[in-house]
Amino acid sequence: MTRAAKRAGAHAKAPAVPAPSDNAELLRTMLLIRRFEEKAAELYQAGKIRGFLHLYIGEEAVGVGAMRALTPDDNVVATYREHGHALARGLPPGCLMAEMYGKANGCSRGRGGSMHFFDAGRRFFGGYAIVGGGLPIAVGLALADKMRGDSRITACFFGEGAVAEGEFHESMNLAELWQLPVLFLCENNLYAMGTAYGLSEAQTDLMTKAQGYKVPAESVDGMDVLAVEKAALRAAEAVRAGKGPHLLEFRTYRFRGHSMADPELYRPKEEVDRWREHDPITNFVRHLQSEQLLNHAALTRIDADVTRTIEDAVAFAEAGPWEPLDGLTKYVSAR
Amino acid sequence: MTTMTYREAVRAALRDALRDDPRVFLMGEDVGRYGGAFAVSHGLLEEFGPERVRDTPLSESAFVGAGIGAALNGMRPIVEVMTVNFSLLAMDQILNNAATLRYMSGGQLGVPLIVRMATGGGRQLGAQHSHSLEAWYASIPGVRVLAPATVADARGMLLSALQEEDPVFMFEHATLYPLEEDIDDVSEAADINHAQVRRAGTDVTLIAYGGTLAKAMEAAHSLEARGLNAEVLDLRTLRPLDMPAVLASVAKTHRAVIVDEGWRSGSLAGEIAARIMEEAFDALDWPVERVCSVEVPMPYAKHMEDAALPQPATIVATVREMFA
Repeated sequence: MTRAAKRAGAHAKAPAVPAPSDNAELLRTMLLIRRFEEKAAELYQAGKIRGFLHLYIGEEAVGVGAMRALTPDDNVVATYREHGHALARGLPPGCLMAEMYGKANGCSRGRGGSMHFFDAGRRFFGGYAIVGGGLPIAVGLALADKMRGDSRITACFFGEGAVAEGEFHESMNLAELWQLPVLFLCENNLYAMGTAYGLSEAQTDLMTKAQGYKVPAESVDGMDVLAVEKAALRAAEAVRAGKGPHLLEFRTYRFRGHSMADPELYRPKEEVDRWREHDPITNFVRHLQSEQLLNHAALTRIDADVTRTIEDAVAFAEAGPWEPLDGLTKYVSAR
Repeated sequence: MTTMTYREAVRAALRDALRDDPRVFLMGEDVGRYGGAFAVSHGLLEEFGPERVRDTPLSESAFVGAGIGAALNGMRPIVEVMTVNFSLLAMDQILNNAATLRYMSGGQLGVPLIVRMATGGGRQLGAQHSHSLEAWYASIPGVRVLAPATVADARGMLLSALQEEDPVFMFEHATLYPLEEDIDDVSEAADINHAQVRRAGTDVTLIAYGGTLAKAMEAAHSLEARGLNAEVLDLRTLRPLDMPAVLASVAKTHRAVIVDEGWRSGSLAGEIAARIMEEAFDALDWPVERVCSVEVPMPYAKHMEDAALPQPATIVATVREMFA
């Protein structure tokens, strides 16, 4: 089949640019992530969830805002702190909760856990727990689309810690060299586990780094969901238009430790408190109320809806079956 | 029949694959304009163009990872890594991603990726271009590891690998590229599930693969002159191992020598020896012997390198001791 024929055929997709979403939906999704993570922490303490648990609390505006720039047909690659991305992508909260329980009705059938959520149908290509490891995958996903003439783009989330990995540099270079439709989304929460960005990078300016690879880049307030959405829509449109990869840096902060095991010796409590004043949810609610875009009844409705969704998710996980052990080696290979 | 080199056979398979399947593309360092570090892909760029024969930067992790991503997204990439030593730069992608994604995703994803690489010593290239690390790959669940030792297998196994739904690692022993043999005019997919008896015998089984097959055959020839009839088994596929073939041969000969260019510690030879012990202990008339590389980084000087690698003479000496 020629490429032109393919474009006209099954693979061809009109580049549907998502419209900015309504405020209630942005708020609802951010709140869903916040409550989901709070519940996960609680269930971790209760021993229902084990392994590593990395919470997205504080960073909700990034995942929610950025995801609004994607169509359901685009590809998403995420990190091990990916609960927020998965929820914003529309993965059912129950399947995610069940995955953390290690149940067979989890989104990875109990084989992945908190760090490895997958949903092939939603083109959510997973949570990657080796820092930087998802970037080359994103490059390859985009390469396949470009070679076929498909119009989808690949969004790749990673933390600023990944910037120290060779895979970041190799992937930026390759994506730009081959003009691949990758949207690199850097969540700069200032700490790679306990090591501050400034203590690990000689050049901390991500824009300068991106420039080194000729990748257009923009730094955005990652605590402001509307700013994130706006920047993501703009960058995604450029990537979709064939202008090669783009990078967005979201300046954000995680309010909780790196994982549940983190004693947080590396940052002063005052710093956390200062960032909490920029809480993406509280501030967004304040903004909506002051602009009279959201009344009290609507807020109550959203809150109740989220609470019910979380309850349902937990019930789904609790009720889920354990994978029978005769399935232990299932899915190691195709046959 | 047609006469062809191992190098030409791999190229012929690549050409067939590129011609027959629009999802297939070749990528790696110097595969295009240079024609391949071992001249395997010579001419393919001109034939198929730079979209499908892609020169990459020296970024093993990125281009192997890109192969994984493209495979996840419906393509059938063939990635060439210049040598197995270089593949260590991509080990994160290979082990943490390619080999785990199907399982980690509960069966939702698959990585139908082929990674080809040159392996082995014997060319005086020193300690960073000569090692034989097939055993490392063969220890990974979820992948298939191939080691074609003949010209026919070099062509046929690559075509079969393209039918697989999981990652396939193909090790081409670099000393084999100039090897010339007669093969069928018609190229077809080869069996990649079974070992093959290359020489039938009754007294001892020499188990070899890739670069050690020719050495085992030479040793078998020498042993014949000394009245010992050796069977030579070519493993061909290193994961999954064709243990029924190994056990069938050992049941016949009651003695086995594994000839493996890897280091002895943690070697494939060690794994096979253990499995023979577990499954055919009573059939053995002698402990399983191993002829492996000496445990040194590969030296440069010819006499030292020769001494470090398994050689026909070492195999012969080992077998003769078993009958002393």
